[in-house]
Amino acid sequence: MVSALARKALRDLGRLRSQAIAIALVVASGVATLVMSQSTWRSLELTRARFYADYAFADMWAAVKRAPETLAARLAAIDGVQAVETRLVAPATLRVPGFADPVRAVVQSLPVAGAPVLDRLYLRRGRLPAPNARDEAVLSDAFADAHRYRPGDRIQAIVHGRSQWFRVVGVASSPEYVYQIRPGSAFPDFKRFAILWTSRRGLEAALDMDGAFNTVALRLRPGVPAAAVAQRVDALLARYGGIGAYARDEQLSHRYLESELRQLAVMALLFPAIFLGVSAFLLNVVLTRLVGAQRGQVAVLKAVGYTDVDVARHYLGIVALIAAGGALLGVAGGAWLGHWMAGVYRDFFRFPFLDYRVGADVVASGLGVSLGATFAGTLQAVFGAMRLPPAEAMRPPAPERYRALLAERLGLQRWFAPTTRMILRQLERHPFKALLTVVGLALGCSIMMVGRFQNDAIDYLTQVEFYVGQHYDIAVDFTEPTARAALFELGALPGVTAVEPYRAVGVRLRHRARSYRTAIEGLPANGRLRTPMDVALRPVALPPDGLLLDAYLARMLGVRVGDVVDVDVLEGRRRTLLLRVAGTVDEYLGARAYMRLDTLDRALGDGALVSGAWLGAEPARQGAVMDALERRPRVAGMGERMASLRSFLDTMAESILVFTLVTLLLGGLINFGVVYNTARIALSERSRELATMRVLGFTEREVGAVLLGELGLLVLAAVPLGFAAGALLCWGMATAMQSDLMRIPVHFTSGTYAIAALATLAAAALSAAAVYRRVARLDLLAVLKAQE
Amino acid sequence: MSTGSPELVFRARGLTKVYRMGEVEVHALRGVDLDLHGGELVVLLGPSGSGKSTLLNILGGLDVPTAGQVWYHGEDLTAAGARALTRFRRTHVGFVFQFYNLIPSLTARENVALVTDIAEAPMTPEEALALVGLGERLDHFPAQLSGGEQQRVAIARAVAKRPAVLLCDEPTGALDSPTGVRVLEVIERVNAELGTTTVVITHNADIARMAHRVLRMADGRIASSEANPTRTPARELSW
Ligand SMILES: Nc1ncnc2c1ncn2[C@@H]1O[C@H](COP(=O)(O)OP(=O)(O)OP(=O)(O)O)[C@@H](O)[C@H]1O
Ligand SMILES: [Mg+2]
Repeated sequence: MVSALARKALRDLGRLRSQAIAIALVVASGVATLVMSQSTWRSLELTRARFYADYAFADMWAAVKRAPETLAARLAAIDGVQAVETRLVAPATLRVPGFADPVRAVVQSLPVAGAPVLDRLYLRRGRLPAPNARDEAVLSDAFADAHRYRPGDRIQAIVHGRSQWFRVVGVASSPEYVYQIRPGSAFPDFKRFAILWTSRRGLEAALDMDGAFNTVALRLRPGVPAAAVAQRVDALLARYGGIGAYARDEQLSHRYLESELRQLAVMALLFPAIFLGVSAFLLNVVLTRLVGAQRGQVAVLKAVGYTDVDVARHYLGIVALIAAGGALLGVAGGAWLGHWMAGVYRDFFRFPFLDYRVGADVVASGLGVSLGATFAGTLQAVFGAMRLPPAEAMRPPAPERYRALLAERLGLQRWFAPTTRMILRQLERHPFKALLTVVGLALGCSIMMVGRFQNDAIDYLTQVEFYVGQHYDIAVDFTEPTARAALFELGALPGVTAVEPYRAVGVRLRHRARSYRTAIEGLPANGRLRTPMDVALRPVALPPDGLLLDAYLARMLGVRVGDVVDVDVLEGRRRTLLLRVAGTVDEYLGARAYMRLDTLDRALGDGALVSGAWLGAEPARQGAVMDALERRPRVAGMGERMASLRSFLDTMAESILVFTLVTLLLGGLINFGVVYNTARIALSERSRELATMRVLGFTEREVGAVLLGELGLLVLAAVPLGFAAGALLCWGMATAMQSDLMRIPVHFTSGTYAIAALATLAAAALSAAAVYRRVARLDLLAVLKAQE
Repeated sequence: MSTGSPELVFRARGLTKVYRMGEVEVHALRGVDLDLHGGELVVLLGPSGSGKSTLLNILGGLDVPTAGQVWYHGEDLTAAGARALTRFRRTHVGFVFQFYNLIPSLTARENVALVTDIAEAPMTPEEALALVGLGERLDHFPAQLSGGEQQRVAIARAVAKRPAVLLCDEPTGALDSPTGVRVLEVIERVNAELGTTTVVITHNADIARMAHRVLRMADGRIASSEANPTRTPARELSW
């Protein structure tokens, strides 16, 4: 048996249905973003944990120049080390028929006997190379997919300056390369980067490394502090050219994955918070109005003996139904979106599997948070109903006080038509209500700004990093630091118009208790092809002495200009230098330090060496220059400046577009909800007044203008506020998501402002039109007869 | 005080109610002493603003006095908290208001069920509506009923829980004479058949003829209290 009070709740809800649906949709958006991001985040974390565990992701790695295999036993004997696997790793270039760009690759050896113990491969197709087969290789899956390589195909690689053909026997991914990104690159590029796993014997021969290794992976006993082990490893490897052991927190793929997960976590908090906040606000508005209109009914309920708690439960029940409806829709929508997003991530990160699951706890938190938020939003109105003294409530609310407008008091009234005066007085009489509406609309507008933010940020970052700061056409890396003379050869290649050398050296920067592993780039004093910049995009001159630090790095280390940092050089003579911070630069990608090339050479004390060079090339001859470069033994690889970026943008284009559309939709939903509810409430509160106007001979259009004109003004006021809120929101997101890998610039194009403004106006217009139809249907007699 | 048991239902002493509106103080009640006995039908007359509604609200536990005390069967209502007052209203009091105050979203039957849902030994809504002669209109919404019919639903709602007290604030104020008479007949019948102590506020001196006793209020005080030597049945009233 449904009680009479429950029936009343259901009927009230029925009468409010279009408003309830609008609110439920906003609740649904909040819950959907929550479920989507939480479930994706959890799924990724679980998947990562499982992949790492099942495929024995190592705990520590160290690179050396060349160490004898016998050292492996001594590494294994270090206290806390559980397993050791030595490897050969070398840069390479691949030739892909029909694909003009050079493909950079890492060739990595597999253990002599059987499958790897650490960083085991997940074979998607095919098999591992036979132990003695020198020409068999397993190819990384992202690259294989991008170029449609399958087991049985042959592929040409240039390793150590020598061309070599491999037969692809398998396609795999590895916990070491979940994020398949080329070292030194900012974005993954599946078409231009590959990992090639091949037999140890074959690679030993190719690299002249018989009985030696240049990389070691270690598994530590659980709970052993990595720093202590790293120190012992470094001590053992130092004389063989070790450049410092590093743990997972400095492993490239792991770091990217980690920072991506952190961004997801930020999203998982931010978006639901906004949507649920807005829905709480909307419910507050609607319920306050409902309780206000039902004062008499509340009084009757209390007069006949219902308690305050019964009354509260009654109204909360209405709210709970709206919230629950929205939440269920949101869970379904969120699961659907999450499934899509997990798919995007699965392509982006090369997990062999991705268990996408919407856990019961995620669903529960979605329901709980939405109910909590909506209850919080309606508490005020419900308390109001509870506090209504039964006798007091028998009287209708006191007539509202009117007063002359500010503008009228100033003597400007002759400029206003009577209907305009009605609009303005209404606004002046309810400034707080108006403010809430403006805030709600501004939030909707700000969400749309967030939707375009990613797009704009990437655009701007591209502009800055690739057009303003870099002017070269081709980047060349040498296999090892090389005498400067090599530059003349490069300059002599036909088509090359400019050559500038650079030297990159791996270092660990220390300041007090903080340290960070990065590279110092030595640049020529008056270079043109590569210029570090400050916030205002002005080139920063390289100081004759000392370091230029990236500003984010300086903050991480807690140093200011003028401070001295300890620099452990991780290669060559492995000196420890004391360098003064001479200035900072602002970059969006990575966290590096710069020095003048000659100063760096002097500090390192091993002569004038270069790690690579930037070339300017005649556009028409760029291909020929690259062909020529490829045949040089010392050239480890080269890249055309824009190619990687373009391909990254292609990869991202779809997901960015979807994200933008989804946020536009969600922001529009908020605005629709706000305008629709505000207008409906205004309509019912003022129906008597509006009907009277109609009786007096005003047209539908004039009456509609009085009702909606006020809203129009509020929408116009909300747009600039929305811009500000959006900028603030994006700034907050950018700050929460920043890492040493990437800082996200907060910079909007005028298109973004235009889209946010237009979409806000469109959503408002749509809902206004829906309400306007009701003005036409105002039942004049019924409205005037009705007892309030 | 010619009929009914001598049992004292309400006893009020020195009831004062002051409304403070900014600087101005409005004295709605200025020391009201009152005894109401079981089964009595009392009509309360008085000019507008004399404090009739205020007194009725305090008796019914809708409001509390600024000073003075009310006892219901010896229980001090002025000492009771909001919770106890709610319980008091729920079990003992039925209200009828000038503007009916039906819940517009509920049918006649459901409006009555609103009360029978929470009462201890109520009639069924159907019985209560039959009592007021609306057994045929059970499933009609308030908007589909005339004013008199709505008021009868309100009375059915008030008496369905078999209250000890029925308090009516201008029950016929919004009705024409024949319709008002029908409503008064129902009140009279409830008073007679269920022995419900009844107070009816009205501006209409004619209605006083149906009472056991007539109280006149003026300026926040009870000006007079007269027992009717002969009562006129409601059916014979007209104005
Ligand atoms: N909530 C209130 N705030 C201020 N003054 C009030 C309030 N309620 C009643 N009053 C005042 O108290 C006095 C008595 O009011 P009450 O409603 O009891 O009169 P009444 O006799 O019922 O009048 P009527 O016949 O017009 O209904 C009036 O002067 C009224 O203005
Ligand atoms: Mg009154």
